[in-house]
Amino acid sequence: MSRFAPLLRTSWRLARSCGRASRSFASSPDIAVHPNIGRFSSELDLQFISRFDEPFLTFRVMDENGNILDPSLEPDVSKEKCQRMYKTMVELNVTDSILYQAQRQGRLSFYMTNYGEEATHIGSAAALEDEDVVFGQYREAGVLLWRGYSMQEMCDQCVGNRDDSNKGRMMPVHYGSKRHNFHTISSPLATQLPQAAGAAYAMKLQGRQACVVCYFGDGAASEGDFHGALNFASTLDCPVIFFCRNNGYAISTPIREQYRGDGIAVRGVSYNIRTARCDGNDVWAVHKIMDEARKIAISQKVPVLIEAMTYRGGNHSTSDDASRYRGNDEVSSWKLSNNPLARMRMFMEKKNWWDDQQETALRESARTAIVQVCNFSFSLLLSLLLFFPPPLHHKVPASLKEQEETLLEHLKEFGSHYPTVN
Amino acid sequence: MNLVGAINNALHIALDTDPTAILLGEDVGFGGVFRAAVDLQEKFGKSRVFNTPLCEQGIAGFAVGLASEGSTAIAEIQFADYIFPAFDQIVNEAAKYRFRSGGQFDCGKLTIRTPYGAVGHGGLYHSQSPEAYFTHTPGLRVIVPRSPYQAKGLLLSSIRCPDPVIFFEPKALYRASKELVPVSDYEISLFNADVVMEGSDITVIGYGAQLGVLEKACKKAREELNISTEIIDLRSLLPWDKETVCKSVMKTGRCVISHEAPLTSGFGAELAASIQKECFLSLEAPIERVCGYDTPFPLSHEKFYVPDYLKCFAAIRRCIQF
Ligand SMILES: Cc1ncc(C[n+]2csc(CCOP(=O)(O)OP(=O)(O)O)c2C)c(N)n1
Repeated sequence: MSRFAPLLRTSWRLARSCGRASRSFASSPDIAVHPNIGRFSSELDLQFISRFDEPFLTFRVMDENGNILDPSLEPDVSKEKCQRMYKTMVELNVTDSILYQAQRQGRLSFYMTNYGEEATHIGSAAALEDEDVVFGQYREAGVLLWRGYSMQEMCDQCVGNRDDSNKGRMMPVHYGSKRHNFHTISSPLATQLPQAAGAAYAMKLQGRQACVVCYFGDGAASEGDFHGALNFASTLDCPVIFFCRNNGYAISTPIREQYRGDGIAVRGVSYNIRTARCDGNDVWAVHKIMDEARKIAISQKVPVLIEAMTYRGGNHSTSDDASRYRGNDEVSSWKLSNNPLARMRMFMEKKNWWDDQQETALRESARTAIVQVCNFSFSLLLSLLLFFPPPLHHKVPASLKEQEETLLEHLKEFGSHYPTVN
Repeated sequence: MNLVGAINNALHIALDTDPTAILLGEDVGFGGVFRAAVDLQEKFGKSRVFNTPLCEQGIAGFAVGLASEGSTAIAEIQFADYIFPAFDQIVNEAAKYRFRSGGQFDCGKLTIRTPYGAVGHGGLYHSQSPEAYFTHTPGLRVIVPRSPYQAKGLLLSSIRCPDPVIFFEPKALYRASKELVPVSDYEISLFNADVVMEGSDITVIGYGAQLGVLEKACKKAREELNISTEIIDLRSLLPWDKETVCKSVMKTGRCVISHEAPLTSGFGAELAASIQKECFLSLEAPIERVCGYDTPFPLSHEKFYVPDYLKCFAAIRRCIQF
């Protein structure tokens, strides 16, 4: 059984509809505390509350076996789009396993897998338009793949070679692509959230019919920037969709030690932001929730918060060993019951849109492709020209120019001790 | 014992000898991402050693509060690169708590530990050396150890010292640096620089992981050019031991300073300015600074960026041949 109760309806919640039940027996007339604040309902029996009366429900479309839970929720997608979605999920999965191994073999300095969260990436990305602007955290590679960022670009970034669009400056998985409206990932957590609100505000004023989507984890939501972002987005009416991937962990810290409230969703409501939660392992629930969120954000020019409940299937990163803090049975039971890839595949098989043969062929071809592009990435050298970037764009400061000359001078004598470049 | 083991050992002792001591930070419950807190939660319980929510400003502010009401607070910021959300709590609060209250209140029992520096593949956000942001803040102490023995003694002194301390741990040395470390409780003075090697031709100054780099450069200078170098480990950057440093430069007449942080406004600038004032008549050559360049810390080009032993060697030679 899933941990999430089925709710066959997306209920976008606002603070007003989510308050405590009124107790008429002890009510008194409304009061105005201050002319600036408006009127408050008053009560005569004092109570302290820590929760809203009802918990947030979790929107679902498809059960663990790929059955649609209600005919009205049948996804409105073509076979081709569905296959492309699944194909991208599998490509992401295969890319993860190859690049993870490449790190293990010492060919990459670092890697982060997306295992278990494929449905949150593809389900959400497939509901967006190319003009929508994405701010990610780092575990959203599937969004980029869906947008057409190639495996080659991915590998070049991870290797940090001369073809890398970040010019070899960022650690692996810190992708970014202007062409795909995907801002370059920054490691400091949650910094992208207020930026996303600002970007959305700029786009609104420019009259762009697009929104910003900002992904982040349950851990990042503890940062001050998260709260600043929600409050700015709310008070300034920014068309931004905050998408929380609640995967249960922030490195070793389980959500129980991260927060005590009703997840991340309930915080949206406290900022008067339309909020809904979905089963993040159910690609159709994610797709539907994003589709609706986008309509709200763009037509009403307001922020939306989505909390997708999912599971970090792999280690936090290649620097982490999750067996130190979570049991193997936890991971294996998730694999059996909640794997988003398996669920999507069952859905497609029931429709006769997919079979074993196609599955084998897809996995083979994805594997061959990624191995090939990887090898090409490794074969490229660094370019020294990409070093000494002016950190300000208009003019290289004299002091930096001097430093560059000192380095070049130094390399004349000691160059053989440094990496080969061209 | 390696450096991370020495830190862990110091934390054991600190928690053991001071029942008010508390260790907190992201992921410290299971031992911390660098394993510096291994076994501490098991030994001292969840109320004294615990995971915090992922929020550096929260960690720093909470720790200031702990210290202000009598607990010894040992806070871990997972990477020095992520200390900036805590900047306000450290610079405006921790550093000024005593001063602004006329000495009525203080948070001197606060120590913030954080791993810093290059590791070979950290890029922009897992490599920085942000010490100079904090040495610009009266009211703080800034300590950087160079080895396991030093780390243990300096950390114990920092935790017990009645001022707030930012303790930068050279993460490149966590496992790479090993030496004999007594398991007993000992402290190292936070006031004195350490003359690591005596010499007569030139004074070479650094701190933290850069000391190892400087030692290698000096060895090369000695072997190839017969230069006698005096190496000084500052250990404490704020306040720093001007007397030891200037005495050495007056003797040698030459000085090279090195740190990984960018050149402009780096701590070397403070050293160079003070040294030239104190030692002006003894100087035989301009003071050389070998530092990171004025760019963000790169990834693929790290080997070109860092002030490695060859660049330090070349600077020593330039200074001697001036
Ligand atoms: C400001 C900041 N603090 C700490 C870190 C170190 N760090 C990197 S990822 C991570 C956990 C993030 O967890 P979550 O937001 O839940 O995302 P997940 O990794 O689970 O996808 C931490 C603590 C960081 N990158 N930035």
